[in-house]
This record gives sequence, structure tokens and C-alpha cells, in this order.
Amino acid sequence: MMEEVDVEPSPTLIPGAGFHQRHLGFEWGPGDLLVYETNYKLQGPKSAGSPFVHIVRKDEDICSPILRKLFNESHLIFVGLQKIKEDVPSKNKKTQFVSISKNYRSVIRACMEELQQNAVSAQEGTVASQYGDQVSILLAIELIWNLCEVLFIDASPAGSLLLHLLDWVRLHKSDVDSRAREVLQSESPTRHQAYWDVVISLVLQGRMDEARQVLSKQASLRAESSSVFRRMDLLLQNMPVFNPTGTQTLTEFDMKWRNWHEECDRSLQDNTFASNRHLETICKILVGDEDALLEQKELLSTWYHFLVTRLLFTHPSIKPPDLHYYAQSSMNMFLGPRASPEPLDIILLSAFEFDLHQVIKDCSIALNNWWFVAHLTDLLDHCKLLQSHNLHFGSNLREFLVLEYASGLFTHHSLWQLAVDYFDHCPEFGRVYLELQIERVPLDTERKAIKVLRICEDRQMSEQVRSICKIMAKRALRNNRLGSALSWSIRAKDAAFATLISERFLQDYSNKGFFTDLDLLDNLGPAMLLSDRLTFLGKYREFHRLYGENRFTEAARLLLSLMTAKIAPRSLWMTLLTDALPLLEQKEVIFSVDQTYELMSCLEELNSGTKEPKQTDQDDDIESTKTELLRLSLARNLAMAIVKEGTIET
Amino acid sequence: MDSINAKYISQKISKTRWRPVSAASLQQPELFATGSWDNENNKVSIWSVGDHGVSNMDGEFDEEPQLLCDSQHDGDVLDLQFLDQDRLVSASSSGAVTIFKLQSDCQALSSAHVWERAHQYSCDDAPCTSVVCRSPEIVSVGEDGRVILYKADQTEVVRVIENADSSTIHAVTFLRTTEVLTVNSIGQLKMWDFRQQSDSPAQILSLTGDRVPLHCVDKHPNQQHIVATGGQDGMLCIWDVRKGNTPFSLIEAHSAEMWEVHFHPSNPNHLFTCSEDGSLLHWETTSGSDMSTLLQRGWNSRVISHSAAPQAGENDSVVSAWLAGDSSKSRLEATHMLPSQTLSVNSLDVLEQCLVCGTDGEAVYIHRQVPV
Repeated sequence: MMEEVDVEPSPTLIPGAGFHQRHLGFEWGPGDLLVYETNYKLQGPKSAGSPFVHIVRKDEDICSPILRKLFNESHLIFVGLQKIKEDVPSKNKKTQFVSISKNYRSVIRACMEELQQNAVSAQEGTVASQYGDQVSILLAIELIWNLCEVLFIDASPAGSLLLHLLDWVRLHKSDVDSRAREVLQSESPTRHQAYWDVVISLVLQGRMDEARQVLSKQASLRAESSSVFRRMDLLLQNMPVFNPTGTQTLTEFDMKWRNWHEECDRSLQDNTFASNRHLETICKILVGDEDALLEQKELLSTWYHFLVTRLLFTHPSIKPPDLHYYAQSSMNMFLGPRASPEPLDIILLSAFEFDLHQVIKDCSIALNNWWFVAHLTDLLDHCKLLQSHNLHFGSNLREFLVLEYASGLFTHHSLWQLAVDYFDHCPEFGRVYLELQIERVPLDTERKAIKVLRICEDRQMSEQVRSICKIMAKRALRNNRLGSALSWSIRAKDAAFATLISERFLQDYSNKGFFTDLDLLDNLGPAMLLSDRLTFLGKYREFHRLYGENRFTEAARLLLSLMTAKIAPRSLWMTLLTDALPLLEQKEVIFSVDQTYELMSCLEELNSGTKEPKQTDQDDDIESTKTELLRLSLARNLAMAIVKEGTIET
Repeated sequence: MDSINAKYISQKISKTRWRPVSAASLQQPELFATGSWDNENNKVSIWSVGDHGVSNMDGEFDEEPQLLCDSQHDGDVLDLQFLDQDRLVSASSSGAVTIFKLQSDCQALSSAHVWERAHQYSCDDAPCTSVVCRSPEIVSVGEDGRVILYKADQTEVVRVIENADSSTIHAVTFLRTTEVLTVNSIGQLKMWDFRQQSDSPAQILSLTGDRVPLHCVDKHPNQQHIVATGGQDGMLCIWDVRKGNTPFSLIEAHSAEMWEVHFHPSNPNHLFTCSEDGSLLHWETTSGSDMSTLLQRGWNSRVISHSAAPQAGENDSVVSAWLAGDSSKSRLEATHMLPSQTLSVNSLDVLEQCLVCGTDGEAVYIHRQVPV
């Protein structure tokens, strides 16, 4: 099923591709897109395509060294959030979720500050503007996140809702503070050109105490008009503020506020402030005069500041469901009828309308990274705010976005490790994604291979464990490191490969006449049982060791059992029997009568078998000489053994 | 926990090392080096902590480490060791061993000498996994199973032990002036004596049967026969290399690979371990006696100190009762030193009261008041 596109996609120009009307082909990757020119042409004769393949990356942010801090720190918060238990009472949960939301935001802010510093100190203009762009994106992200925190996560009721919205506006319009500082620190603050701007800005943000403080500078100078100033001071001081932790009810607050509002209105009617146009403006603001507010467009700078200020002076106990009406009308009033709102405006408006899905959708379209939507959606999902929404693809919105983000991380040469935890917390498709991606991590060193293996082993991904160990074993084999290769196949429990390597060891032995890598072969332990050939290799080496230690009886028993228990491959029996020769030639009798018979039957069994056709006459000769020699030794040993055993028995 | 500081440095950290302080003064270390791995461009960086005159608005000293200088590093930094105050040696995944020189004002770090492809296969580079320094001598080991001896002031390699190991050698440490100890990926410790001309180890010690790879090794600073190792299964082993060829004691310390183990250089009753499981543990024997006496009294039994997979954020001391009975006066305590555990802690270094560690979460943690 195709859905209509929400916005027309903007074309991306790929330098050096798509000229001469050539068709472009492409291949999706987890984070990148591979684009190439095909041989097809709209017009004219066919010709060879360009030899280049272009890598197109949507999410550039992933490469920024500063944003890497954001990814790393938020990973920690994300993992912490997933650990919040289901059984925690929902009331406690809410405070936890709010504090997690604040943690995310503080990480964004820290990143923003660092980017800002770098933008300032950057020498190159393009670099500086790049940093600047990132700062403005993060600013928008933080703005949206903060609003979502107020409206959805904290879900403030009437009364405290406006207080939180005020905090939101104050935080994101913080240039007032620096201007206030500048004014107050100047030689004569009252003559500073920004003096009244500062006073009004403070009033617009509901910061009455600070506004009074700045105003008092003026009052002390003008003795003649001090009564007017005192009047204003009183109005500002008396403005009721709802206290959510106090005992006052919302109705009581409303009552007090209405009284105060009437008093402001009276002062206006009385022309109390007619002598001072600035004070008159402030008074008009206090009564919530929309025209007076709109005159302060420059100080408000955004429609949502206007919205919050307007509510502060007209509907301080606004209820969440009523917000959207004021939001829409404030935007229209502020931007004017013909202005087209920016994506950010639309997103904020959707939030005020409590349309979460629209917020997430628009953010996904407007922003060039998945970080924000994935983390915000995850948090909102934990708050149980997204349950009703199902996608007709993938599992659900949260998982879809987290998977997208994690897949992007996985394409990064270093950040791939973070993605693992994100995949872990995607119950439906996370594992499949991880399985497909983890095998493709390039393994440059054993240490990296060990880390990747640990990820797989912790999740019982045996298929991947096998494949990674095999890659490592093959590489070791190519580099002629038989010991390492064998260790890797043992770790993978890869019997076939262990057999192959054992063959290489035996081949080496028959070429050189001695074993290499004794430190490994002598310490195989139970790992030896992985494959028959490996068992043989280990046991055969043990035979040599026993022989070397002059423990002939044990060596003989072991050698014989290698053949009788069919551990030794038939092709090596002759070698083993030849190894028995020096034991047969010892002064002391080592093989007993029974053992000698068994050796004999092994020899005859070997000779009765069909000979390999490839053998040359010369080989044949050597073989038959060996057989003759063995028969002779065996017969001699049998005689001695019979005598010896007979002697002992009597 | 309060005095621990984290800084995100936008690269996964494979190694962290304090610059040595002169033995005579009772100074705390102020400079440390980090090495990165898995980056497109890896680096060796020098950082300074503490009183570098920068104080913030509140008049408190800014504890955050400051980058002094860095240098590009070809390949992952697999090991990093200070040779002396102003030189440090790195081991690279490209097989190279490099000496870096730090300018006296600490404002620049440059490569002073490189032994390119010190570790190699016939047709490929072999990662150099570990180096150890005892000025002027440097020893490196690698995935190619070689042990190589260098002298800092000689460009020629002094000695190569070919085929020292059939498996990968993961770590190396000096035991005595001419003796080094290596650990490998099949659970063996091998002692090498450079006075001997033969290319075989003077002694092999191993964990019986298990073949669990060993990743790190450190020797007791005062009693050179006591050695601690850490393995793939997170097991901490204490060995007495004079006695027997199996470990004296095994302690389940971590739930994944132990990447480093360090005795505290001046107070060896304290031991520090870090692991792929994301934890950093501080081990302390509280007997008043040192490790060696403990060894004789009861380390030769297999002891399980505590649950090896602690909850994230859990930082209370876990007291083990592994020395019950008559020697109950001595016991081993393990304390988690990091506030949260997710990604691997790859490296740690401890000097005086200062500890630094680095993680795959691209953070360095600095603790300046380690209770030792």
C-alpha cells in the first residue's frame, strides 16, 4: 500500500553523476545509499557508464565529533530508561520520566554550548557556519523536546501548565538576561537605550520581581513622578502567581487574579500612567491588550512567546485542552494572514494541539537525523502515550524509529557498539537487525573480534559466533598460524574446520618429522574431542610425548588403541605401525602377546585393503619392505612376549 | 563516587596511562595519555588534570581534563606505556611499535622512532598487542606469536623470539631485569629469560584444562613472584610463579573479558581490574598484611568472591567470606568504582591516589581520591 507523500522530497545533487541523461541506479544500505550511473540512456546510443559508485549519506551528523558526545551520553540515558521496572507505581514513574527527559535535554544543551564555542573559535567561515547550522538544529530540537516534556511527559494540569510554559519561554529566550546585565552594569542604567526594552521584556516573561528591580533605578531618580512608579511597582508586586505546592485552590487563585486584573484595568481607565508612555505600555500589557502585545513583536520575537505572554495576562489558569485554540489564533495574529509558517512552527502547533504523531512525523521529515525522534518517541512510549498507533509496516512507531537510528549508528566505524543496546530493546526486529549487521563488522584485530564475539555469545547468536570464528580461523590459516586457527575453530566448535587444521598439522609433521606448536597440542584437554581427527592429533602427539619421556608401556598401549579404536585414519596406520617399530626393538618386551596379535591383525587388515591406484612402483617397494620389516619385528616380539609371559605365570 | 569525573572525548579509548611522577616527590600525577581505537584516524593524546591555573566562576578548580596535544597514530592503539617522563611507547594494530616524544612544555607530541611492521606474517601485518618498558628496554608481543626486545636508543631490534607462541600473545610484563612473562589466548603464562639463547620459555604455567584466554597480567610491585592475571571469563587469578604451575587462587571478578589488572604501585594490598562488562573494580585485602601472606594463608582454595554480574549503579562494597575460619581476620573486598556500567572499560591506570580509565562509551573517568 502506498501512502501519499507528506512533502515533496527535495532533490539531492550528486556531484559528477547523472550527466548526459544517463539513468541512475541505486542500492539501499542501512545508513547510506549507493548510487551509480547505468548504461541506459534516454536518447542516443548506449555507452559505458561512469566507473564511479557514489555513497550518499543522509545523516551527516553522525560524523560530527561533537555530536558523538550526544550519541554516547544519550545512549547511557536510553539504557537507564529501559531498565525502569514495570512494577514501579506510576506516580513515581512520572517523576523518573521527567528527570530522564531533563537529562536528555541537558545533554543536548551541553552539546550546543560546545558547538557554539567551536563556531566562535572556528577560523574558516564554512566550518563556522556548519557549526552554526548544527547549533540551530539542536536549539530547535531542544525547544520541541522541552515543550513535549511540559505537555506530554509532565502533563501539567491547569495552573502549573502556564508556569511550565513560562519556564519554557524563559529558557529559550535567554538573551533578556544578558541584556539586563548589560543595562544594569552600565554607568547610568536608566539612560541606556535598551532600558525600557529590558523592563518590558521582563514583564512579557512574567519576571515581575526583576522588572521591579530595574524599574526602581528610574523611580529613585525621578522624585516628581515617584508616585506613578510606586503605583506600577505595586501592580507588578501584587500580580498573583499560582503556587502548585501551596494550599490555595485554583478557584481561589482565579478570584485573586481577577481582582488584580480589574485593578490594572482601573489604572488604565484612570489614566494613571498617562504621564509616562512606557508605564502606560506596561499597564496595557498587564491587562492583556492584544494590540499592545503585538506592538512588542520584536521583543517577543516568536509567536509562541506571544502565546504564552498572552495567556499569562488573559488566561493564567488555562486548561490543556484549550491550548490549541489560543495557539492557532496566536500564530495567525503574530505571523499575519499571508505568512507561511516554518516547519518548526507547524511542529510546535501540533504539540499544542496534543497531536503527538503529527509532531513525530513532522520532526522525522524536517530533521536530518534520527537521534531526536528515536529518543523522544521511546520516552513517550515508556510514558504509555503512543499505544494506539500502529504502523502498517514494521512493528510499531517506537521500534521503527529506534531501529532506523540504530542502523545509522551501525554504519559508523566506531559508534556501532552503541547500536547493539538499541537493537536489544527492539523486541520484534532488533535481533534480526543485529544478526545481519554484526557479521559485517570489519575485524582488523583479534581484540575487536573478541568484542564482537562477546556481543554474539551474550545473545546466544551461535550462527554468528561460528561465522566470526571461521573468519578468524581462515585468516590465521592463511597466515600460517595453525595454533591460532585451531583455537578459533575450537571456540566456534567448528568440527569440520578443526579437522582441516588437524590435517595440516599432520601434514606438517610428516614433512618435518616433528610437531610444531607443542604448547597448544600438549594442552588441548577436552577440546580435543571436537573432531575425530583432532582427537587423533592430540593423542598421537601424546604418544610422542610418552615415548620421549621413556614411558614405553603407556606409549605402546596408546598407539595400539589409536588403531583398534579406529581413531587413526586408515591412511596413517602405516606411519603408526612404523612408529611401533622402535618399541618392538627395545630390549625389554613392551607389547604383550595379545597386543602383538592385535598389531599383527592391524597390519594384515591394512594390506588386505585395496591399494591406492596412484602409488608408483617405487612407493610400492618401500611399502612392502616396511611390511616385511614389521612382520619380522612382530614375530620376534611375539616370541619374546610368549616366553616372558610364560615365565611370569609359572 | 563523588570525586569521579567523566569526560567524553569522541573516540573509543583503548588505553589510558598516567605519566610517571618522580619517585622522590610525593606528587600526584597530573598528566595522562590516551590511545584510541576503531576510529578512521586514531590518536595518542596527552591530557592534563587538576590545577592548571584555570578556575571557573565559582573559584573552584576546573577538574575537567584538558587536551594538551595529540599525535596521529597509524592503526588502533593496542597498548601504551610510558618509557620515562617524556617518552611513551605505543603498540599498533598495524604491527608497528612507536616511541613518541613529549615536548618539555607538553605542548607537542611527535613520533621519535618507529619500528614498522615489527610484528608481521609473511604476507600481512600482524597486530602488536602489548608492550612493556623498563627503560631503556622495550618488549613487544603480538598476534604473530613473536616476542621482540628493543632498546630505546637503538634502531636495530635487539632480539626476536620467533614462534614464542602458537597462539596470540595478549600481554607482557617484566618480572625481573631479564625476565618477561607473557599470557596467551589458550590460558598459558610463559616466562622468558633473555639471558638464555634458546627460543623456548623458561617456564610454562597454565590454567588446567580450561584453555580460557588470558588478556592481562601484572606483577606485584614488591614481590616479583606474585602475579595477577585476568581472563576471558572475567576470572582474576593470582599466581605464585615459584610454586607449581597452576594458579594459587581464582576469583570470579567480572562477567566478561577482563582487559586489565593492576596492583597499586605503592600499596599492593590494593588491586584494580576492568572489564568488557563495563565495570571497574577496586580490590582490597583488609588484613593489614600484604598479598604474599594472604597467599600462604588461604589463596590456594578456589574462591568465589561475589556475584559477578552486579546491578548497574550498584556501588556498595561486596564483602567476600573467602577467608573464613582461622584466617577470618583477612578478607577481600571489592568495590565498584564507576557510577554506571554499559560499555566496556578497556583500560585503567592507577598512580598514588589517582585513577584514570577509558571506555568504549568514549569517556575517560578520573578519580583523584582513590582510598588507598
